[in-house]
Order: sequence, then structure tokens, then C-alpha cells
Amino acid sequence: MKTPLSAWDKVQISRHVQRPRTLDYVRVLCDDFFEFHGDRRFADDAAIVAGVGRIEGQSVVIIGHQKGRDTRENMRRNFGMPKPEGYRKAMRLFHHAEKFALPVICLIDTPGADPSMESESRGQGNAIAENILVMAQLRTPIVSLVIGEGGSGGALAIGVTDRILMLEHSVYSVAAPEASAAILWRDSSKAPDAAKTMRITAQDLKDMNIIDTIIPEPDGGAHNDGDGTIRHAGVAIMQTLDLLNALPTSVLLDQRYHKYRVMGAMKTMPTNQLSTGEPLSFL
Amino acid sequence: MKELFRRAPKAFTPGEQTRDQDTPDNMWVKCPSCGDLTYHKQLRDNLKVCKCGHHMRLSAVEWQGLFDSESFSEEDGDIAPLDPLNFVSPKDNYAQKLRDSQLQTGLYDAMISGKASIMGQAVQVTVTEFDFIGGSMGSVFGEKIARAAERAYERRVPLLTINASGGARMHEGVLALMQLPKVNLTLARLGTIGMPHISLMTDPCYGGVLASYASVADIIIAEPGARIGFAGRRVIEQTIRQKLPANFQSAEFMLEHGMIDMVVPRGDLRSTLGRLFKLYTMRDADASPLPTDV
Repeated sequence: MKTPLSAWDKVQISRHVQRPRTLDYVRVLCDDFFEFHGDRRFADDAAIVAGVGRIEGQSVVIIGHQKGRDTRENMRRNFGMPKPEGYRKAMRLFHHAEKFALPVICLIDTPGADPSMESESRGQGNAIAENILVMAQLRTPIVSLVIGEGGSGGALAIGVTDRILMLEHSVYSVAAPEASAAILWRDSSKAPDAAKTMRITAQDLKDMNIIDTIIPEPDGGAHNDGDGTIRHAGVAIMQTLDLLNALPTSVLLDQRYHKYRVMGAMKTMPTNQLSTGEPLSFL
Repeated sequence: MKELFRRAPKAFTPGEQTRDQDTPDNMWVKCPSCGDLTYHKQLRDNLKVCKCGHHMRLSAVEWQGLFDSESFSEEDGDIAPLDPLNFVSPKDNYAQKLRDSQLQTGLYDAMISGKASIMGQAVQVTVTEFDFIGGSMGSVFGEKIARAAERAYERRVPLLTINASGGARMHEGVLALMQLPKVNLTLARLGTIGMPHISLMTDPCYGGVLASYASVADIIIAEPGARIGFAGRRVIEQTIRQKLPANFQSAEFMLEHGMIDMVVPRGDLRSTLGRLFKLYTMRDADASPLPTDV
């Protein structure tokens, strides 16, 4: 029997050092895979792995954040926080997928986009915004799976997809819990409170109709059976791609437009109520 | 709400703001940059630009003076926010924060949108209200931009977004984040009919706004000295553990690094926008000459 886990427990599991990473998914799922490097503009960013491979006989583009398992590798991969050149490498692969009519699989696992002077100087905001725009119009099926942390715009920059899948103990947030606590309450030690209040678990996001599917994990988390979790996720991803591959491109794009167009929580208030003693009458 | 917009000024002078005029404290305004005191009326006559050149922030209502006289008409003013996460914490209560901000600004949320004209050119416009929870981008904000882009598409007119925002609204969680793809999808569609989106970045433009519609505009104009960035200065300083240069993330810095098209002083905005829009909407060389500003 599984014990109930708090949102903060899930944050810890989603960051577990033995949790399967993008390259583990590639190893287990792909019959063949080549990693491609560089954005052809500035550099290669090891925080994002991107390439073309074959899963169950189908050629696919795979793009994922990549964290390290020790300090040395984490330094090299910048703890999975991409710089603009990482996002522009992903952008290059989006165009590649479109040109060769390949479906795209995105694996999300980042605390967020790299916050540094160099990233700002090279247009971090623009790099993310352009990716969102390109994914929105991509003329080939695109699926994402949150395998660990889905941190803010840094995740969304490879996450505007026809279907969003999440592992059972992964999280997805508007900002990492520590950053949320710092922004809201100027106290990053309140991260556990932020994790709870901001509803960042896969279950919360499924309830809010933001994500489509939750992939179960073994008791305690994916690190207890990495390869098994990956195979399970792989089946779900390929079934999803089969469904999307069957759609005409125009239907695919219309559905994607609609999926995001309806997101949001709001109500309609008659404008004239503003002056009838409601709190909003103050002008 | 209606009166609010009827009060919009005739020329590009900052609109009336009762909350600024109630107290004698506001007769003289201290410049946050140079510290000099300027008489309130004189400052307004100068579009709230200090003698030192500092561009003070304008409210959404004040910005309406940028449009042709009487041309602005609000649309989608009936959309109001919800509290989808039931966000309550020991230090913060979103529902209460919304009510306070609504009372303070007279708006349902951090944005006013509608149709207007600039130097005779019909445009769809959105204007952020920074005083409403830091101009943060939540569901209502995203919906208004999306609808403005859709209306621009239907009416075949350009879109002008006037922006000042700290980023995504934390209190709406991932729903706020999902406004980024929502607005970019509608902008992509506007792009298919050849109508431009001009983004005007005023101080400040950060986070979600920069990572979505504001930085994929066809033309990006910034006000002098506006702070523009993805990550906040404090976050970066904590990460790199050193002080950043003073001009880092300024409009001028962003221009130098190729992230924006031009820096335009407030007094030149109206004519700049009018001339720019005409280049796209009157492409025929035989089109009538540009009207002069009124």
C-alpha cells in the first residue's frame, strides 16, 4: 500500500538523484539514437539533449532537459537549466521534425531556465517565447512527458504539446517552490508551503485539466525501478503518438489551438455592476 | 467603468487619475531617479518625463492619451479573475489581494483592452496596469491579449500591446504559465494575415511577458531606461553572487544586445507608432500621404 505523499515529498522525489533522466529514456526506449549538438548560432548547451532516434520502428525527434548525477556532471549540464543556445538547439530540432515529418517527444526535467547575465544578454526571454510560438504552429505531432521537475518557462519552452503527460510524482509549477516562496513571501525556506499552496503535483494539474495523463510510478518513486517506469511511460507515449499521427495536420493544429486557448480561470461580470455597491464601484 | 474611459484625455496627455489628485502630497512629485521635485501639472504636461529624462510609470488610464482623441473604446471589460487555487497562505490571500487591487485601481484585473486609432490608423490595443499586483499575467490578462489578437485578426488591423509587468501571476499557478502559449497561439494566427504586432515595453517587463507575446512582436519598442529581462536582477545577483552593472537589463542594454528594435522617448511615441503602422497598412506607393499629427 502506498503512503500518501505531500507536495513537498513529491518535489524531493522529482529531484531524486537516481530518478531516470532523459538519456535513460533514450537508452531504454530507442533502438537507435543520434544526439545532435549546437544551435548553429553560438554554442552547444548540455542542459538539453536533442536528437533523432527510433522507437518501435518509428523515427522520432527527442528533446529533453538533462540533469547530472554528480557535481561534475551537474556543473557541465548546469543542473538542467538551459541557456538560450539550449532552447535554440531545441528550436532547430523542431524545424528539423517539421521538415522530415517526424513526431516530437519532449522530456521535461528542469528547475527553470538559466538565470544569469550571459543568458539575459543572449535573450533568454526571447528564446523561450520563440519556442512557444514555433511549437504552437508545428505541423507534426508533439508530445511531452514531465519526468521530474517542470520549472516555469524553462519547462514550457519545450512543453507546448498536443498532449502533456506527467509521471505520478513529478511536479510542474509557474516557478520552482523555492523561487515561488522568495517571490511571494521573500523567504525561500517557505518552499514546502509554496509547493502545497501552488498545486504543482500531477494530480492537482490533472484535476485542473491542464495535463492529460498521469503515468504511475513504482512505490516510493521512479528511482526504485527506473527501467520499468521508462518502459511503462514509453508505451503511453507511443500510444499517444499513434492517435495523433492518425489526425490530418489541420485537425491536429486546430486541436492544439483549442487546447491552450481555453486555459484559464475567469468569470464574466457585467460592467454596470461596478457602480452598484459592489467592491468594484470605487473609481 | 464607463466614466473611467470617458475621462480619457484628448491629446496624449496622461489621463486623469483621481487617486493622484486627492492629496496636496501629490502637488509636487519627486523623481525616483534624480530626486528633484516637479510640480504635478507641469510633470503631466511633460508626459511624466522628468527634466532628467527619467520616464515615470503611467497607469493604464493615463496611457489612453496616446490614442486619437475619443477613439478608445474598451472591449472585454467584463472579464474578471477567479481564485482557481483557493490561494491562502499565512502571509498571503489571493482573493483578498484581488479585492484590494480592484478597489485601488477600479479595474477587475491588470489590463485594459479595446479598439482605438493612432494618427487615423485603426488598431487593437492592450494596456497593462502595473499597480494591479505588479501588472502580473494571470488568466484574465492572457484572455484579454488573446481576444485582442483575435479581434485584430477579424478586423484586419494591427495590434499594439503596451506592457509593464513583473511576470506571471504566481497566485494562479500553472494556469498563469499556460497563458504564454495561449497568447502566442493567437498572435501566430494574426501573423498569417500580415497585420503587425507592435510591443511597447515600458518599465518593467519581466518573466512571463518577456517569455511570450512581448518579445515575439514584429516590432519591439522600449521606453528609455525601461528595465527588461527574463530573470529578475535580484535572482541573478543571488545566483552569481556579485553586483550587476547599473545598465544591465536596461532598454539601452537590450538594444545593444539585439533584443529590441528601438528606444523611443515618450514624446515621440505617437508619431513613431503612426508612421510605423502606415508602412504595413498602406503599402501601395500611391496611398495618400501620412497625415500630420494633431
